[in-house]
Amino acid sequence: MKRIFIDEKYCIGCRLCEIYCQVKHSKSKKILKAFREGQPDILSRVLVEEIGHDSFAIQCRHCDDAPCVSACISGAMTKNEKTGVVVCDQEKCVGCWSCIMVCPYGVIKRDISSGKAASKCDLCVDEEVPVCVKNCPNEALKIVQFPDEEK
Amino acid sequence: MALELNQSEFTVERDLDKCIACEVCVRQCSNDVHEFDADDKTVLSESSKCVGCHRCEELCPTGAITIKKKAAEFKENSNWQAAHIKNIYKQAESGGVILTGMGSDKPHTVYWDHILFNAAQVTNPSIDPLREPMEIKTFICGKPENLKIEKQNGQFKLKSKMGPYLELLTPILFSAMSYGSISLNACKSLAAAAAEYGTFYNTGEGGMHKDLARYAKNTIVQVASGRFGVDRDYLRNSAAVEIKIGQGAKPGIGGHLPGEKVTEDISGTRMIPQGSDAISPAPHHDIYSIEDLAQLIDALKEATDYEKPVGVKVSAVHNIAPIASGIVRAGADYIAIDGFRGGTGAAPQSIRDNVGIPVELALAAVDTRLRQEGIRHRAAIIVAGSIRSSSDVVKAIALGADAVYIATAALIALGCHLCQKCYTGKCNWGIATQDPYLTKRLNPEIGTRRLHSLLRAWSLEIKEMLGGAGINAIESLRGNREHLRGINLNDRELSILGIKHAGEAW
Repeated sequence: MKRIFIDEKYCIGCRLCEIYCQVKHSKSKKILKAFREGQPDILSRVLVEEIGHDSFAIQCRHCDDAPCVSACISGAMTKNEKTGVVVCDQEKCVGCWSCIMVCPYGVIKRDISSGKAASKCDLCVDEEVPVCVKNCPNEALKIVQFPDEEK
Repeated sequence: MALELNQSEFTVERDLDKCIACEVCVRQCSNDVHEFDADDKTVLSESSKCVGCHRCEELCPTGAITIKKKAAEFKENSNWQAAHIKNIYKQAESGGVILTGMGSDKPHTVYWDHILFNAAQVTNPSIDPLREPMEIKTFICGKPENLKIEKQNGQFKLKSKMGPYLELLTPILFSAMSYGSISLNACKSLAAAAAEYGTFYNTGEGGMHKDLARYAKNTIVQVASGRFGVDRDYLRNSAAVEIKIGQGAKPGIGGHLPGEKVTEDISGTRMIPQGSDAISPAPHHDIYSIEDLAQLIDALKEATDYEKPVGVKVSAVHNIAPIASGIVRAGADYIAIDGFRGGTGAAPQSIRDNVGIPVELALAAVDTRLRQEGIRHRAAIIVAGSIRSSSDVVKAIALGADAVYIATAALIALGCHLCQKCYTGKCNWGIATQDPYLTKRLNPEIGTRRLHSLLRAWSLEIKEMLGGAGINAIESLRGNREHLRGINLNDRELSILGIKHAGEAW
């Protein structure tokens, strides 16, 4: 499957990845409208961690043996066998936050607008290149075909 | 605090309808122009700190920021211009020399813009470089008086012994910029692009970083007055050795890298203690004459087993022609002439804008003089000092240069916006800085790709221009001033340049 990798040497901490992720997952998909309509409603699925000069962007790793999938009590969190992408079905999610507690990377967040569904990276499956990768001005984020261990 | 008379140079205009307060500008500005106001959830900008590098403007996702020249003007005065007044205000406060970076921005005549190139019509056919072979390969070396060829077993063989040479796939090299004046990522981009394209980059006077040692085959190593990083391995781990006498932006002036910029890495590369000032003396203290220069050239050739060309870089000054003649006679394999519009990381503004001569005139004078003395073949000429486009390259070669050095153009390709604040060490583009937060903004992979593209684009344009003039090898253009015509130049300028005025036929 395709996975997003970050080269922390070249992450400049501009957080444009977060901004474009928010736009991508907004209703209008238009940057000005998305931000004007209500910033709290849209969460970025990619998070930039920063200490001093060091920074890197991290999003769901789409683990092969995903703890969030095992921990999900309602069957909302599933791993797509074909694409390998771990997705959260907003309809089924009951907002117990078990996934947030077990995620070893801390990349699942509470979606405040719905009050229950968990918000996480969906690898922009409908795009050729995820928007965070596409808009990284220093090419620190890269999407690469990762050899599937099972095959 | 007393009144400060300094006015800001730029106005930061923020379109509040477009600003989404994402704080990208806040994070990107090393001059602290932008600030997020948590109470109002807005971003405020302090224009007086803006240096006009346009980093925020380029990265703003909504195009909300425009950096404009500040409209405020002094009362019109042809004598006391704003630049004079502002400088006096600054100096009345600081009591110091006014520093600046990059090349001179004063409106001196740019002779390239007054020279027009020829094209073939009717009497000689033009050539389409996309369909026919076009040779722009260039050699930097001294050439023998004549070629002796002998016949061996029915085959002709070159009998004359050729000296060491540099082989370039395009007549463009990256000029000297030291690690210290620019970031390691910038150095890596230059080195990798030179290696990929088949040309050379120059270490400058700062020594060679261990990460760059693998590009040795494409490296010209510089020996300057400070002798930073010079040892046996440095000289041998190279393609050529260059003695730096002067720099176009600051002829007669040395260099000074402040101690705080001499980090652990730079101290190792320059071979000086960490935190100590890296001072390049104005002169080489062992070169007070052409004879002394000849000794150093000999010493460097000896140290490199006569396997590498040794060149000398000088700034274009009034006596450049006899100086160049002396350098050739001292045994240099090439002379690099740096014109007064050449760039720098830091120079006193008064020197940068007022000392030296344009490289076009220097080149023409040197080429003419060396031909007159019959020694032009003994050394190649590389010109530097604001080569801005492929047409400048073509004109330089027609005026007599073998190749050109580019540095400012290369930095612009890496993102430089010519804000001229290199000396502050706060370069927002990650080029002229050693701040780890800023240097990582230049990803050498991207840098290499962009420099490679620039070389490719210019090379294609050079081939187009050659083809248009009906020339299929750059060697046929070299020193062929009949292909040039001057425009808006007086007789004296035309005679120094050795070209006819536009409208004059052969």
